[in-house]
Amino acid sequence: MTRVVFASADPNSSDIRAVEVDMSTDLGTLELPAPVLTASGCAAAGKELDQFFDITELGAIVTKSVMLKPRSGRATPRMAETPSGMLNSIGLQGPGIDQFIEHDLAWLAQRGARTIVSIAGGSVDEYAKLAQRLRNVPGVAGLEVNISCPNVENRGQVFACHAGTAAQVVQAVKRFADPKMPILAKLSPDVTDIAEIADAVVRAGATGISVMNTTLGMVIDLDSMRPALAGVTGGLSGPAIRPIAVRCVWQIRQALPHIPILGMGGIRSGEDALQFILAGANAVSIGTVIFNDPSAPLRIQEELAQALAIRGFTSVSEAVSFAHRSATAEVGVEVSEEDQDGQ
Amino acid sequence: MSKPVQLRGEVLDVRRSGSYFVISMTAPGIPEQTRPGHFLNIGIGGEDSSMLLRRSFAIHQVQERGMYGGTLEIVVGVNGKGSQWLADRKRHDTVSVVGPLGRPFVLPKQPVACVLVGGGYGSAPLFMLAEQLRERGCRVDVVIGAATEDKLFGVLDIKRLASSLTITTDDGSLGEQGRVTDVLPEVMERHDAGVVYACGPMGMLAAVAHIAGNHRAHSQCSVEESMACGVGVCMTCVLPVVGDDGLTRMVRSCTDGPVFRGDRVRWSDVGTIPDDVVGAPQVGGH
Repeated sequence: MTRVVFASADPNSSDIRAVEVDMSTDLGTLELPAPVLTASGCAAAGKELDQFFDITELGAIVTKSVMLKPRSGRATPRMAETPSGMLNSIGLQGPGIDQFIEHDLAWLAQRGARTIVSIAGGSVDEYAKLAQRLRNVPGVAGLEVNISCPNVENRGQVFACHAGTAAQVVQAVKRFADPKMPILAKLSPDVTDIAEIADAVVRAGATGISVMNTTLGMVIDLDSMRPALAGVTGGLSGPAIRPIAVRCVWQIRQALPHIPILGMGGIRSGEDALQFILAGANAVSIGTVIFNDPSAPLRIQEELAQALAIRGFTSVSEAVSFAHRSATAEVGVEVSEEDQDGQ
Repeated sequence: MSKPVQLRGEVLDVRRSGSYFVISMTAPGIPEQTRPGHFLNIGIGGEDSSMLLRRSFAIHQVQERGMYGGTLEIVVGVNGKGSQWLADRKRHDTVSVVGPLGRPFVLPKQPVACVLVGGGYGSAPLFMLAEQLRERGCRVDVVIGAATEDKLFGVLDIKRLASSLTITTDDGSLGEQGRVTDVLPEVMERHDAGVVYACGPMGMLAAVAHIAGNHRAHSQCSVEESMACGVGVCMTCVLPVVGDDGLTRMVRSCTDGPVFRGDRVRWSDVGTIPDDVVGAPQVGGH
């Protein structure tokens, strides 16, 4: 329980209240003491951010997507600032799974942080091998399957863009991972019908959905009059894409009323996080805003508790999907049948 | 090891120096940890700013104690909306500061002769460095250069700290016409320099590292790569650097740098992924 102290919304009132908000939540079988996580690729493996706040206070650290082998990533420039956001083309630079387990995961386990490991592959087989390699490794609370990173070369073949290939990857991970391991499939917004993809990965064995990854964008540098990024296109993130992400969460929640959703995309404040929860997210991840404010995840978690309390919620779970309630379920509005009949 | 602090600093003064702005601010907790070559970054435009990325600056001067407690100074060159916003700050405005960041210059244990080379406002971190080298008994000769006189930073102040000061400008408006690297070999030879410290644009650093190598001198170069986070999580500021094991890796300027040994950076490969870098894409792979 998180104790929240706040002043009354009524400016004429000096009423100060303290309430308890139950911040625990779950993503299916993955129980979390708090609903704010880091977004993959924006928190490395937690160590750097632990200088700014206690990372064990968060729901979990979602680590940067790791591949089987060490990977250099793309050439620089790798990023460009855009209005309320940024474009990035890192190209999944990373140490490879063995180094990751030996150093990063070991540190997170020793630190006592819950960890969701994001995995990325260039083939279905690579995802399967990663899932297998992570079996029985201590300190892994769940897997996030990055099937939607737009930065891997061969862009036409992004797994997340087709229900069939998305499902194939998830099925392979499910088959080779620890049978009880929660599996989140991270979806791309760059599809025609995101609910269809969500449905396909759930049928393939995903425990839940992470939504959303960056959306593909481009900036032209006016000095060179060439693409600003060495990788030409890049993933757009930050508050600029937040409404797209809220829409994706909403659409998936409508299609799949009971599937766990980890929502993300441009969250900058506790009120932003609350939008995702009301739209159907069971938990949220904080990404690009970390670059603006390295303490953002814990700040947002505290602001979210406040935002819930102010609106009369005593738990996160009460607020999940609250925006989907029918008009007749409006709080404080009792509609009798007689009234509806106009009598 | 320094541990970065995140705080709101109060602007004490913004003053012009040539075409630059020197901003002094309160920053309790940062000065006592700062060593020459450390940097900090500043959030632009307040909590709801549409400019999300923090701007990085070398720490120019620090004062641990004084009327305002710990204070520091940075030098800002206006080259976009973000730096313009910063230059427009007024006394008592507050800004979000994170620092000290990065790995500072390594100082010699012996009192060897050192040459400090600054390009443009790249001379900013060299003042503290010059003071500390002199305290160790090192001879300090300084070379600073810029395109034009107004783009030189701190000529008068650094003169007091240096045994000699050589100035170059591209247009000859002050000092010798030419580049810092035109005069560097002679300055090194005259004083039998054992170490060269440099801060400035990539091209200048590459040339300085090359000259130092020719003179069998050690070089410490502080790079300027564009960074998104400055704290080691975003992986945007990488460059190819040779490690102790002889292998080249794409390493972060923010946490592995910004100061690198000049003989370890593969200067001509900056902005590329060399074929032999650890994890380079395989032919036919993804």
